[in-house]
Amino acid sequence: MQPTQMPVQVPEVIQLIDLKYYLIISTALFVIGIIGVLTRRNAIIIFMSIELMLNAVNLLLIAFSSYRSDPTGQVFVFFIMAVAAAEVAVGLAIIVMIYRNIRSIDVGVLDKLKW
Amino acid sequence: MQTDLLVKLIPLFPLLGFLINGLGFRRVPNGMVGLISSAAPLASFACVVLLFMGFSGPQPEKVALFDWITVGHLNIPFSFQIDQLSLIMLLIVTGVGSLIHIYSIGYMHHDAGYGKFMAFLNLFLFFMLLLVMGSNYVIMFIGWEGVGLCSYLLIGFWNKNTNYNNAARKAFVMNRIGDLGFLLGIFMIIAAFGSVEYTNVFEQAAGFPIGDPTVVAITMLLFVGAMGKSAQIPLYTWLPDAMAGPTPVSALIHAATMVTAGIYMVVRSNILYTLSPITLEIVGGIAVVTLLLTASIGLVQNDIKKVLAYSTVSQLGYMFLGLSVMGYTAGMFHVMTHAFFKALLFLGAGSVIHAMSDEQDIRRMGGLRKYLPVTYWTFLIATIAIAGIPPFAGFFSKDEILMHAYEHNKFLWVLGVIGSAMTSFYMFRLLFLTFFGRFRGTEHQREHLHESPATMTIPLLILAVLSAAGGFLNVPEVLGGSAKLANFLSPIFELSRQANPNAFGETLLTHSEEYMLMGISTGVAILMAVVAYVIYVQRAVLPESDLVERPMTEKVLYNKYYVDELYEAIIIKPIRGLSDVFYSFGEFLIDGVVNGTAWLVKQISGQSRRLQTGSISFYVFAMVVGIVLILGVRFFIKI
Repeated sequence: MQPTQMPVQVPEVIQLIDLKYYLIISTALFVIGIIGVLTRRNAIIIFMSIELMLNAVNLLLIAFSSYRSDPTGQVFVFFIMAVAAAEVAVGLAIIVMIYRNIRSIDVGVLDKLKW
Repeated sequence: MQTDLLVKLIPLFPLLGFLINGLGFRRVPNGMVGLISSAAPLASFACVVLLFMGFSGPQPEKVALFDWITVGHLNIPFSFQIDQLSLIMLLIVTGVGSLIHIYSIGYMHHDAGYGKFMAFLNLFLFFMLLLVMGSNYVIMFIGWEGVGLCSYLLIGFWNKNTNYNNAARKAFVMNRIGDLGFLLGIFMIIAAFGSVEYTNVFEQAAGFPIGDPTVVAITMLLFVGAMGKSAQIPLYTWLPDAMAGPTPVSALIHAATMVTAGIYMVVRSNILYTLSPITLEIVGGIAVVTLLLTASIGLVQNDIKKVLAYSTVSQLGYMFLGLSVMGYTAGMFHVMTHAFFKALLFLGAGSVIHAMSDEQDIRRMGGLRKYLPVTYWTFLIATIAIAGIPPFAGFFSKDEILMHAYEHNKFLWVLGVIGSAMTSFYMFRLLFLTFFGRFRGTEHQREHLHESPATMTIPLLILAVLSAAGGFLNVPEVLGGSAKLANFLSPIFELSRQANPNAFGETLLTHSEEYMLMGISTGVAILMAVVAYVIYVQRAVLPESDLVERPMTEKVLYNKYYVDELYEAIIIKPIRGLSDVFYSFGEFLIDGVVNGTAWLVKQISGQSRRLQTGSISFYVFAMVVGIVLILGVRFFIKI
């Protein structure tokens, strides 16, 4: 993208908090999400952790778009939300089916993907 | 009728016959097969006769079918050339071919592969016609290869028998060697003249000096091709083995037509050969050695077809001898007469074999005169013709060759006469052993003896007439003739005559000398016939069985000078050994590498299979680790 020539217009309210804090919090959220995915064994919790990661990214996008007054980031956020919603719908359906079949949603039990 | 149409029809008929019988094999009823396959060559023959009648000459007529190959400056049209030489060849091929097709109906009709056989014969005829009619060397080469293929198919026609298949393979491989030479010759012609069209090439060649190295190389290579097809030393051993095929095949392919393709090719390229005397000397040497060697082998053979096969090789030697002393017409004339009497001899032999229920050993025949009168008389005529006793066909053509040889080199003539003596002896030996004396076969065979059906005897009779009278087509002037054939073919040799007027001048021999030559060769032939009569009829000598120990010289002759064994030892064995080495090399080294690779991949995958635990958390962990690694690498190493 072409860098804009005009001076960056950032609302004053937002300027109270530095951009780097947003960076830190979103990184923290993302890492928490990863750890959640890697350590928990309940499929629902893993799902939630994934949402957490998605939202960390959303937060980052929003922050950058506000501080750079570039609306593209906002558009991406909506995309991500829509995709996440669809994904959750499908994923939850799968989890429900798995539960009905084996009466458990423990991912440790789900090793049918073996060769 | 238009020339163009006639020319296109000639090869079309046999091709159609081949397609109908070949594709409809097992569906076309037996009665139809014979009709279709014989109608094809007869129709072609009719077209050839019409062409012959309408041919005014002296310029060749070209009929272009289509543009075939055009590469850069090289343009090879698919066209036919009709001139005096191709007309003569066409008459021989279609005429004798038709007779042999008709004969095959009687000879093969009880065979399970009857339709297939007839289809192959038609295909052979088609290729032979291409060979003869093509207007350039490439079309000749198509025909050349095609007849080789059909020869292979027909020699190994009874493919249940391994020996026959080996004979077919031998013929094929030996011809391959010759064909390579021919092909290289064509390439050299393209390189030297930039064209393969006869008319073009010869016009350009006429401008070369005598003994030009390019021309010498070309003629040598072309002659290597002729060696293979026309069975000259060192590539002759396939022809005697080719007798494994059914008898009509031996008559058509290995006596009358295909084996004379080499002679046709040399006559066609006569200007090139005239320009390189050294090649002609070599051709002459090879021809004389061939004719003597094979004639001497023929003296002691006991298989009726083997004798005829060796005789064929020896007669081909005569033809090349004629060509080598620039008696091109004499060579062609001998091709023609030889086609008549050798086809007749083979067909007669076939008739005998037919009557004897597939017995080919002359030691078990004898006295067949009474049982097979037609076969006997026709065989007798052919024998007299080939032995060179006037006034039958062989006398005129062979004598003309010997006369040219005498003019060129007395020594060649002496060798030729010795060969002629041997020819006469072995042919009469064959005749007496087969048809005279008492019957030596089994009682069962005696009851079975019968004259062949009309489809077989009529061709015999026609060929007998031709063998008896064929010589009068070219009676030399000394005997009050007008050398018709020589005059007819004369335009073909126009360029040669310009290139080397001395060689083509009027004969320098006086009439008395010519009479002397004729007298000597006739006398020798008759003398040998008498000798054979005394030995085999009056004293009733029989060739011993194979178990008897023979004297040294006879043993060498009987075993064909051990040429086959020699080839086996110096060519086949080393090649076999080398092939075995390469085979084991391929077996162990190459296969080791290939299989080793497969083994390695299998092992690695067997180990890495264990990573696939199926636990999702582990997969995700691996993914995360991977992403972190990538990011880390990207972070520390700025690309």
